Amino acid sequence: MEFIIITLIKLGVVMAVFMTTLAYLQWVERKVIAHIQLRMGPSRVGPHGLLQPLADVLKLITKEGVVPPHVNKLYYLLAPFVAVTFALLAISVIPFGDEVEIAGYRTWLQLTDINVGVLFILAASSMGVYGIALAGWASNNKYSLLGGLRSSAQMISYELPFTLAVASPLLLVNTLSLREIVRAQEGFLFGFLPNWTIFQGPFPQIIAFVVFLIAVFAETNRIPFDLPEAETELVAGFHTEYSSMKFAAFFMAEYANMVTAASLVTILFLGGWHPPLPREWGSDFIAPLIFLGGAAICFYHGLNPARRLDRYTLPVAGLVFAGIGGVFAFPAWKDALLPVFWFCAKTGLILFLFIWVRGTLPRFRFDQLMGFAWKFLFPVAMANLLLTSLLVALT
Amino acid sequence: MDVFLFFLFAAIAVICAVNVVVQTHPISSALSLVGVMGALAVLYLLLGGEFIAMAQVIVYAGAIMVLFIFVIMLLNAGEESKQSKSLVAQFLGIPGFFALLVVLAFGILRLFPNAPRVRFGEFTSAGAEELGRSLFTQYLLPFEVVTVLILIAIVGAIVLARKEMD
Repeated sequence: MEFIIITLIKLGVVMAVFMTTLAYLQWVERKVIAHIQLRMGPSRVGPHGLLQPLADVLKLITKEGVVPPHVNKLYYLLAPFVAVTFALLAISVIPFGDEVEIAGYRTWLQLTDINVGVLFILAASSMGVYGIALAGWASNNKYSLLGGLRSSAQMISYELPFTLAVASPLLLVNTLSLREIVRAQEGFLFGFLPNWTIFQGPFPQIIAFVVFLIAVFAETNRIPFDLPEAETELVAGFHTEYSSMKFAAFFMAEYANMVTAASLVTILFLGGWHPPLPREWGSDFIAPLIFLGGAAICFYHGLNPARRLDRYTLPVAGLVFAGIGGVFAFPAWKDALLPVFWFCAKTGLILFLFIWVRGTLPRFRFDQLMGFAWKFLFPVAMANLLLTSLLVALT
Repeated sequence: MDVFLFFLFAAIAVICAVNVVVQTHPISSALSLVGVMGALAVLYLLLGGEFIAMAQVIVYAGAIMVLFIFVIMLLNAGEESKQSKSLVAQFLGIPGFFALLVVLAFGILRLFPNAPRVRFGEFTSAGAEELGRSLFTQYLLPFEVVTVLILIAIVGAIVLARKEMD
């Protein structure tokens, strides 16, 4: 009974945080892209456009869902459902932090730990392609069909370097459970270098890390590999015929896939919830310092009389940051929150990289995309896997 | 609970399998086959073979069937028209199928009269480690033969594709 209640609470918290992250990730993306392009980004709804995601959600829910007459109705309606289900499924095995004790109950900051967690995520992501392929086919529209075809071809091709790149750090940590993978990366090499798989001996997995990142960009259909929805060629690709919540489902699936992929990068290569510096070097103070610094910047700008528009919003944001920074002053809370902080910080950095790349790189041509996967990424990942297994066998 | 789940997913697998044959549209058939794979994966899970279940989903449902659907979409295959069946198939098909089932069941029972009963969740020796160990020690020869077979198939596919181009 206790177990069920704790699990339900965890489920609620994870779901709420995850959904909010998905909504606000889009705000962050629009803001960052805007600033990269010297624009303002969303700024009308709420201070700094902070209520924009809410407005978007309301708009998408209340919009009329048009089902075009020429579609294959069953698969047309099934496709967004499939896409979003498998995208959301993967979060259930991601560990956010260490074991914690809350009000006398010990629990893991993870929904469930299955001993084939990595494979579970791979399976969920490989099933997700059905959503896109079906959407493209069922729309009965040549642009959608081309988008669906491109997406399936791309997913099949990039699944190979993706899986090979996953396999090589697994050789070092020797387990398939995501929790155990993170635990195997605890500690420091030579007293300062974190024992993450990108640094770990006998063969540091930096190559696998880069290959994995590139493959993840392709698997999540992000620029520079967003050929399935290349708007200059295919209108909107596979979701051309979708509107209202059905369109929102695809959108949510894309962002959920991004978050899962970023978490997977963090867990497999960047040591999950472990800090990048030893405790003796003061890694415990980095988190409060970052939040308090953010608070100071907010107060400085908010109290500047020249910025009349931000008179109230920035001091309030500063108070929130200061409050979060203050939480780390309690030793009992600190131990539970620091791992979560490091996990979120690393995942956030990878997500920022996704957005940054979108603002920087142009799109590939389709034949270049395929050539890159088969002629470059696949051999590199294969060589890396062989070398790693040889060195692991020798040591 | 285990028994209930077993019958539920076994039923799903059988219904999907029948659906593969009954449906006239290739995409519907292919998706039903995905359903069969998924239900089979759940049956593996019930037995306790998590690794095999996940491999089933990744390899069959996630890779091979995606390729099937890709080809169907690429060729834009339409609905198949039902052809008039021969009289033999019409009258003897279903009874013949059940007769075959009975013969198979009888044969298996005769061959393995004292085989241990399958129990849910007891098949624990199918983790990644045990599987790899037995593949590379006990079953090394079959494993290598299969790899060579697959290699020959790949080379054959390339040779055939080359000929088409000339």
